[in-house]
Amino acid sequence: MWGSLGEREERSAAEYRSRERRQAPMSEVSVAPSAAEPLLRVRGLAKHFPVRTGFRGQSLVRAVDGLDFDVRPGETLGLVGESGCGKTTTGRMLVRLLEPTAGTIEFEGRDITHAGRRQLRPLRQDLQIIFQDPYASLNPRHTVGRIIAMPLQVNGIEPPGGVKARVQELLEIVGLNPEHYNRYPHEFSGGQRQRIGIARALALRPKLIVADEPVSALDVSIQAQVVNLLRQLQRDLELAFVFIAHDLAVVRHFCQRVAVMYLGKIVEIGDRVDIYERPQHPYTRALLSAIPDVTKLGPGGRIRLTGDVPTPLDPPSGCRFRTRCWKAQEICATEEPALVSRGGGQAIACHFPESGPVAGESGGTAGVTVEEVSK
Amino acid sequence: MSLSPVEGVALAEIESGGPEVPERKDVVGRSPGRLAWIRLRRDRTAMVSGGMLLFFMLLALAAPLIEMLYGIGPKEQFQSLLDGFGMPLGYSGGVSGDHWFGLEPGLGRDIFIRLIYGLRTSLFIAFAAAVITATLGVVLGTLAGYLGGWLDAVINWITDLTLAMPFLVIALALTPTLVLRFYGEREAVSPAFGVAVLIGVFAIFGWTSTARLVRGQVIALREREFVEAARASGAGLGHMVFRQLLPNIWAPILVSFSLAVPQFITSEAALSFIGVGLSDETPSFGRMIYRSLDYLQTDPAYVFFPGITIFALVFAFNLFGDALRDALDPKSSR
Ligand SMILES: Nc1ncnc2c1ncn2[C@@H]1O[C@H](COP(=O)(O)OP(=O)(O)O)[C@@H](O)[C@H]1O
Ligand code: SF4
Ligand SMILES: [Mg+2]
Repeated sequence: MWGSLGEREERSAAEYRSRERRQAPMSEVSVAPSAAEPLLRVRGLAKHFPVRTGFRGQSLVRAVDGLDFDVRPGETLGLVGESGCGKTTTGRMLVRLLEPTAGTIEFEGRDITHAGRRQLRPLRQDLQIIFQDPYASLNPRHTVGRIIAMPLQVNGIEPPGGVKARVQELLEIVGLNPEHYNRYPHEFSGGQRQRIGIARALALRPKLIVADEPVSALDVSIQAQVVNLLRQLQRDLELAFVFIAHDLAVVRHFCQRVAVMYLGKIVEIGDRVDIYERPQHPYTRALLSAIPDVTKLGPGGRIRLTGDVPTPLDPPSGCRFRTRCWKAQEICATEEPALVSRGGGQAIACHFPESGPVAGESGGTAGVTVEEVSK
Repeated sequence: MSLSPVEGVALAEIESGGPEVPERKDVVGRSPGRLAWIRLRRDRTAMVSGGMLLFFMLLALAAPLIEMLYGIGPKEQFQSLLDGFGMPLGYSGGVSGDHWFGLEPGLGRDIFIRLIYGLRTSLFIAFAAAVITATLGVVLGTLAGYLGGWLDAVINWITDLTLAMPFLVIALALTPTLVLRFYGEREAVSPAFGVAVLIGVFAIFGWTSTARLVRGQVIALREREFVEAARASGAGLGHMVFRQLLPNIWAPILVSFSLAVPQFITSEAALSFIGVGLSDETPSFGRMIYRSLDYLQTDPAYVFFPGITIFALVFAFNLFGDALRDALDPKSSR
């Protein structure tokens, strides 16, 4: 079905080689040499939105405030955090729908942070996005065939067997009837629409796909089907993913690495086993204990976060999580904890990281914010 | 309202929980435009008013043919059929087998054929003005909405300026000045020039509402995810505007077009009535009604025919425009 995956179109192959030659000296300067070069390298990425406050007042929404992470080829990174913590903003900056305020984004060693439209053109093909809302993400006036062929059309690519054959192949890959390419989006259900959006993202054979909560808007029974499809695609096509989700449940069986975000910052990042079995940041623990599957929950009980997420207009001083953290001390208000590596690729931004298994002894120290499961 | 096909599919999917592809026989989908057409066909008001409009347009288009069959031209005078005071002989303004709607008092021209040509003038001016204003409005609205920034500010400023200008005063002041620039004090103004001036005046003042409408729609669409998907794939301005944005706003544009035409018809009549624009020899509803007012008591039939025609025309356009809106946007209140 996807036999020709290895061989990209000749056009891109030639372009790639020449591009690498051209870019080689630059990447030496900007990227420290490493054995496995990351596909995507993000450093200090930030986005501040200027907003009007009151009469003639202007202030900044610090939606994303300094992110560092890497994504290796074929790897899936989960980006998890409560609604409003800046996940969508991050995803949009990665595919360059938003201009970052600060920081750098490197793709295959090339700095693409401020690349213009012309320079972005080849890059657009390697980096694609799947949107959250399956109803808003498809043009209601276009047939499914036109929607999926759009990336080919705007890039002037004529696939070997013709556009129609390619579209039908893509429909088949995402599990839809290839005969339906003449249908309109309104004739499909939410899950099917999301599959159409996935097919569109695959049309240019990207290397990395940003999936912004691709299943949050879907019925629970269909969520699993779509996640399974993405997993299968990831394996078959060796795609790298940045998979955005608002809880740790969806990401669990999909991502090799997980980054937990809070108010525009990464508070903990690590391999899946570390995050799910040895989480060290209090916020990760809270998120983890919110997963309905409580078999992993120790005797300590379920952590219920109290209070609201502070506004990114005026984030708390020091550690941003301190207003809801049951371990907060004085230092947490004065000094911002840096994202410190604790070995094994796990990094935590906390002055008093937890140790031990999930929700083990933490019950005793958690005070009023920890409730018994039986309650 | 009835269950839409989407809801039906979604329900079926949840119930079965099985494969997501529903079995359907037809493979070619029904486009939103086609669905709107089907809804329009079911709407009796739309069909009746649409039929009337078609009839009026055919009459206007076929005016020379009708003149040939009828055997009387719009400028022919029948002084012999008027009495000593210039009033038509016979009943109700001289209605007869030869002159179906009677004769004009004074000049003795045939009212029926002048109405047919008046319809032609009126519809031509209204459609030309609507096409020009819609084009201007779409271009300016799209540029302002999509590109934003200083261009948006400038276009908004021009829109506000245009809206602030008093239409009637400028039309009254502008037209004679324009006419004087091209024609001498005593020269006869050509009918085509009068028509062109009217269309020009409408074009200058009429584009603002379409521009506002389109700008708002484009701004709303610009943030939609399917537009972002196109941008993320590297689409240029042309693809964005013509493939992604405009296909999604032609419905409101069409509705505003169909509601603008009757506005221009009444405006043309009003301006002709107060003597701006059209010369007296151009057949026009406004001129006819203006002249007929002198004979309101002596020859009421004279005002009756143009009055009833313009009323029916404008009414049919408005009914059809509303029906079109309902058909294109079934979610709007009905
Ligand atoms: N265009 C914008 N202007 C101002 N604030 C914005 C804008 N986009 C997002 N924000 C703010 O940035 C924060 C992060 O938003 P978002 O990235 O959508 O979060 P998430 O996807 O994690 O729910 C929110 O507080 C949101 O209100
Ligand atoms: S730094 Fe302090 S406030 Fe922040 S998470 Fe750690 S313990 Fe809690
Ligand atoms: Mg979001």
